[in-house]
Amino acid sequence: MPIEPGCKVFVSVGATFSKDGILRPAWLEWEDGTRYKIERIKHCERAASLKAGGIGYRYTCLICGQEHFLYYDDADGKWFVERK
Amino acid sequence: MDRVILHSDMNSCYASIELLYHPELRGKPVAVGGDPEARHGIVLAKSGLAKKAGVKTGMALWQAKQVCPDIIFVRPHMDLYLRFSKLAHEIYADYTDLQEPFGIDECWLDVTESCGILGTGEQIAEEIRNRVKHELGVTVSIGVSWNKIFAKLGSDYRKPDAVTVISRENYRNIVFPLPAGDLLFVGRATQRKLYKYGILTIGALAEADPALLRSLFGKAGLILSVFANGNDETPVSMENTEAPIKSIGNSMTTPRDLVNDGDVKIVLYLLSESVAARLRENQFACRVVEVSVRDNGLYSFTRQHKIETPTNITGEIAEEALRIFRADYRWENPIRSIGVRACGLCDPQSPVQLSFFQDENYRERLRRADRATDDVRKRFGYYSVQRGLMYCDPALSHTDAKKDHTIHPHGYMERGNRTGADEKERR
Repeated sequence: MPIEPGCKVFVSVGATFSKDGILRPAWLEWEDGTRYKIERIKHCERAASLKAGGIGYRYTCLICGQEHFLYYDDADGKWFVERK
Repeated sequence: MDRVILHSDMNSCYASIELLYHPELRGKPVAVGGDPEARHGIVLAKSGLAKKAGVKTGMALWQAKQVCPDIIFVRPHMDLYLRFSKLAHEIYADYTDLQEPFGIDECWLDVTESCGILGTGEQIAEEIRNRVKHELGVTVSIGVSWNKIFAKLGSDYRKPDAVTVISRENYRNIVFPLPAGDLLFVGRATQRKLYKYGILTIGALAEADPALLRSLFGKAGLILSVFANGNDETPVSMENTEAPIKSIGNSMTTPRDLVNDGDVKIVLYLLSESVAARLRENQFACRVVEVSVRDNGLYSFTRQHKIETPTNITGEIAEEALRIFRADYRWENPIRSIGVRACGLCDPQSPVQLSFFQDENYRERLRRADRATDDVRKRFGYYSVQRGLMYCDPALSHTDAKKDHTIHPHGYMERGNRTGADEKERR
């Protein structure tokens, strides 16, 4: 199955740091400019995204009641998601 | 009790990482190779498909194109590979502090002490294999055994993405039928010699009389016997321990062939600047300067010369290198690559016999100039201060040999022979 290029979408993210140094994304801005609130972070772990092509910390987020993966690449400080 | 040693090997490391970052290239034959224009044109790594087509590591790019016309070349990204290597070591560190890297993509782990808590060697290996795949998106193959040599054989035995256990029960079935050349330390020359005596497999090597091997290869023969029988006792070194530096060298394949002494002078100075700066950085002076030359017919030679007074002065090392070169090269062919190495390292502060024929005041001024250059370069970058010579040919000289210097796998015996072969001989 050919993989379509452009599965990696870099997004702007608003995030908070707790006083213990824990980074939590609060919202993200999609390509069309819409801001989506992250309702809940279910899980965070190091993981690779084969689909988008990259590695980083993967946040399993609840957005509009649905689960999405949001990646934070700590090497270049960029956030990205996989295009569905 | 036997040790439990893992050898983890990232499968076609560079190519896998490039494919991870370029999903559009997956399913195509890909090779990671240097810059064809700068003539660092060889294949460093290849993807599975390219391998099937017959592309081999070390091939020139044009050769790879011949055997596999559809091949896609990707430039290497060393910083990315180093990051993956570091992340892999972080995963290994969750299981043991005894980890010894062998090059950028291979590592030995001694998990003997963790086995009571984390499960058997095989379970730990499976966990590491899964974690690397999940967290880094690349695959590793891991060998599990009671010694480093068999662990390494295990990681080569089945790949990619596999764990092979070589135990005291099964090693005769797995290891012994393998060709002798698969064993660490058996290179082409050794293999040829072994073939002459009918020793084709590791099993035959293990059963060969150590006395015969000794007569053929000297001490190394005994080591081979120990390796083949799985009796290697070399320990896995602690994390972050480095063997003492024995020499500092730099070599480069130049952007174009060197055709006269003038060209060579530029490059030798460039390399000497890097070597001398690294000597100073590590608080060394050298007693021996070594020059290696390879011409465009790939004929190569190495010459070294002892110098009167230990030095880490750039100018002195470069002039010595130039002298060695002029004395020994006849310009039958243009030169493709050249290297400078400083050996016989010693403490620059140790007392030396002064000479009537050397002006120590002048040498002190050279030292001060070098220190100042190092300082300026540290603050403003390598090209902020240059020798006038370098402006004769900017294309040749526009390389920071020191920064471009990267790490090669260390020798297995770098910390000395710890295989246990000597003791067996004494006994």
